[in-house]
Amino acid sequence: MAMDPTSIIAVASIVTAGLTTTFGTMAPALGEGKAVATALQSLAQQPDASPTITRTLFVGLAMVESTAIYCFVVSMILIFANPFWTHVIAQSAGK
Amino acid sequence: MRLSPDEAIPWPNTLPKLNATILCTWALMLVLIVGSWLITRRLSRGLKRSRWQNLLEIIITGIEQQIEEVGLRQPRRYLPFLGTLFLFIAAASLATMIPGYEPPTGSLSTTTALSLCVLVAVPFFGITGQGVGSYMSSYVKPTFIMLPFNIISEISRTLALAVRLFGNMMSGGMIIAILLTITPFFFPVIMTAMGLLTGIVQAYIFSILAGVYIAAATTASKPKAETAVAA
Repeated sequence: MAMDPTSIIAVASIVTAGLTTTFGTMAPALGEGKAVATALQSLAQQPDASPTITRTLFVGLAMVESTAIYCFVVSMILIFANPFWTHVIAQSAGK
Repeated sequence: MRLSPDEAIPWPNTLPKLNATILCTWALMLVLIVGSWLITRRLSRGLKRSRWQNLLEIIITGIEQQIEEVGLRQPRRYLPFLGTLFLFIAAASLATMIPGYEPPTGSLSTTTALSLCVLVAVPFFGITGQGVGSYMSSYVKPTFIMLPFNIISEISRTLALAVRLFGNMMSGGMIIAILLTITPFFFPVIMTAMGLLTGIVQAYIFSILAGVYIAAATTASKPKAETAVAA
């Protein structure tokens, strides 16, 4: 199965973008669910510490969310701003 | 489909082409500066004050309280920097309601600039708070081997700040753009509302993280005195 470089780059970009989004949505969601569950439990145990717990929860969620954002950014780059794709398209257009 | 407002150029006539990022940043700055100047022209100390002054006082005291809760002991010193960060990023995402506007924080250049400001501010506040020797020696705590790791952690914290804010803002705009091509009215409205919420949360996160980094840089040598007083 001989594929020219254009097809190889296209297939690799598409598959990698899909896989990146897959893992990037699953793993942070699991972590954030655990964090929220623990926060709810501690809120039930100590309701008057609620502002501190809520603020710490949001800061922690943002830190976990940032790994999901990294995966999203990589997927978007692979689909919309892919340097390998533009290089190969410029080459084949130049021919 | 473009990734950032850097690529939209509404004003290509001058030599540095003014893209949408620069124009939206200037418009935001104009609104914030002119608005606060107009409100603070006639301040009143008594009980009778205008509602705009009340609004500003609520915002200022709220930010000051948050800075104090992070652990910084004199919030007035850090209020200009952290408060400006929060107000700029919050205003940048709230103004998404205006049609034709794109948040300048959806461009990696703006968020990198903001996190570079934090990168410079942390040693600045650390040195003015602790002195040069004490701040520099915090890099080699707990052992000398940790020096490269501490430096790398500074740089990676800055990078994480920039990419987190950029990713959140860009994803909001991109999801709305994609949904607009599918279902014209209903879902984009919901996603815009959620984009506003995440914009405000990200503004809060950015300034609170900057406050936490500054607190870590300024109070590294004080805890022993506090435990001695507490005991």
